[in-house]
Amino acid sequence: MSALPVEDVPTIELVGVSRRFVTPGGTSLTALRDFDMTVRRGEFVAVVGPTGCGKSTTLSLITGIAAPTTGQVRVMGKPVTGNDPRVGFVFQTDALFPWRNVLRNVAAGPLYRGMPKEKAYAAARDWIARVGLAGFEQHYPHQLSGGMRKRVALAQTFINNPEILLMDEPFSALDVQTRVVMQDELLSIWSSSNASVVFVTHDLEEAIALADRVYVLTAGPATVKAVYDVNLPRPRVTAEIRYEPAFVELSRRIWDDLRDEVRLGAARPAQLAAATRTA
Amino acid sequence: MTVDGIVSVSDRAAERAAAAGPRRRRRIVNALRIAILVVFLGGWELAARTHLIDPFFFAMPSMIAAQLWTWINEGTSQGPLWGEVLVTLEETVIGFVIGAVLGIVCGIVLGRDKLLADVFSIYIKVANSIPRIVLGSIFVIALGLGMQSKVALAVVMVFFVVFGNAFQGVREADRSLIANARILGASPWQVTTTVIVPAAMSWILASLHVSFGFALVGAVVGEFLGSRHGLGLLISTEQGLFNPSGVFAAMIVLAAVALTADYLLSWAENRLLTWRPPSFSDTGA
Ligand SMILES: Nc1ncnc2c1ncn2[C@@H]1O[C@H](COP(=O)(O)OP(=O)(O)O)[C@@H](O)[C@H]1O
Ligand SMILES: [Mg+2]
Repeated sequence: MSALPVEDVPTIELVGVSRRFVTPGGTSLTALRDFDMTVRRGEFVAVVGPTGCGKSTTLSLITGIAAPTTGQVRVMGKPVTGNDPRVGFVFQTDALFPWRNVLRNVAAGPLYRGMPKEKAYAAARDWIARVGLAGFEQHYPHQLSGGMRKRVALAQTFINNPEILLMDEPFSALDVQTRVVMQDELLSIWSSSNASVVFVTHDLEEAIALADRVYVLTAGPATVKAVYDVNLPRPRVTAEIRYEPAFVELSRRIWDDLRDEVRLGAARPAQLAAATRTA
Repeated sequence: MTVDGIVSVSDRAAERAAAAGPRRRRRIVNALRIAILVVFLGGWELAARTHLIDPFFFAMPSMIAAQLWTWINEGTSQGPLWGEVLVTLEETVIGFVIGAVLGIVCGIVLGRDKLLADVFSIYIKVANSIPRIVLGSIFVIALGLGMQSKVALAVVMVFFVVFGNAFQGVREADRSLIANARILGASPWQVTTTVIVPAAMSWILASLHVSFGFALVGAVVGEFLGSRHGLGLLISTEQGLFNPSGVFAAMIVLAAVALTADYLLSWAENRLLTWRPPSFSDTGA
């Protein structure tokens, strides 16, 4: 490989990746196969696919929590090695520390990374205000609504200035109204950062509303079925963009692709069960 | 003003009405509790005085009270009552602290390390299945009649309970919290101190609660098996003298010690777990 200028090196690159799990029963299960993905610097990529196809597995390969069985995963042109401080991750489930108040939750990253307390708390206060939670510094997570907890989670992640932001169905547990608000919130924070985002969701409209490109995965074992460019102008207002003709048209095209996979995905557990029985 | 006034007044009335229910209930509960105590003690006293039961074997409340009074004012056969309490309390607290610290440390280490856990689990199961009180005899033989043997028995009584809970607490620690801390930049040591330990804390505190009582049992049984001082020896002496009032009086002193400790531990627990939603703690307010 010849040396590319820094800005041309893809932020994230998965080449010919496959990932197999060996279940406790001794049978093996392929979650990903022949998987290729490229995320450019500052790009917002959404990944959609049926439940259980291997979306979360993809993200864990990028974080280095899991290693690919075959193929290569590169971040900023280098193979992934364990914990990368440039990576931020927003979880589907609530991953706030319940014994820390909002201030100390948001300050967790800088404190872990050795920033002096005063500085970390000052930065945390800034971020808490940015996500609209000023005044809630001393509240504990259980005293907040689901939407507020997600805001804390965003502040907790963005305070580390991640160059790579991975999000695993972050808003799927929220009600529809809150979800739309959070999507706009995310876009506004992201636009003032230069992070590259991989946003996993099973909600196609969410994917189109947020992303520059949408990866559609096949039912497991997941491989890339198609990649769509979303040429909708930014800044976007996610609540309104859904009604634009271009959005509707793109949504219909992608759904045509996705529908078959969702159907296959729904049938997959039965197949897996059958395979386990015969094994 | 008018609308607001009406709303807030009716709100306050509703709040008052809502508060009145629980308050009345609390009064009824307390009244019933006292009634049961009176009936029990009165019935006991009456049955003993009318020789329905033999006061020589079962004593009676007035005799027990008199015995306590004597102990408090004139001391016991072994010395002043508070001295005996202090001896037992000292053994209990030392045993409790050592056992709890060992239990917490071992629980966290084994909970974090799968290999160590797999290797040691078998030995811990075996050790745990030994009736621990039996070890008291060994300790008295090996460590003598002094404080060490009682402390040792209290330690083994406490250790397994705390260990088991700390281990379980570590194992149950939320995977996504650990992953989140790792990604936010925590080192393995930081994960242990800022995620694993707080996550296991409610388990550990629950076990401390139970195991203080166990430590007391360990100390008292140790004294019972052979010692020169302490409430256990007092009970054993009174038993030898066929003085049931003495045994009961010592039991009451022990119960007072245990209840005080329980109260203090509850207080500490609530202080340490302020972050928990009220539904999980005893006192909502
Ligand atoms: N640690 C694991 N061990 C065994 N199987 C796993 C493991 N993690 C995921 N899988 C399997 O891999 C497949 C893909 O999982 P996942 O990536 O979580 O799907 P998604 O996030 O798309 O819903 C599923 O069938 C799941 O059961
Ligand atoms: Mg998933």
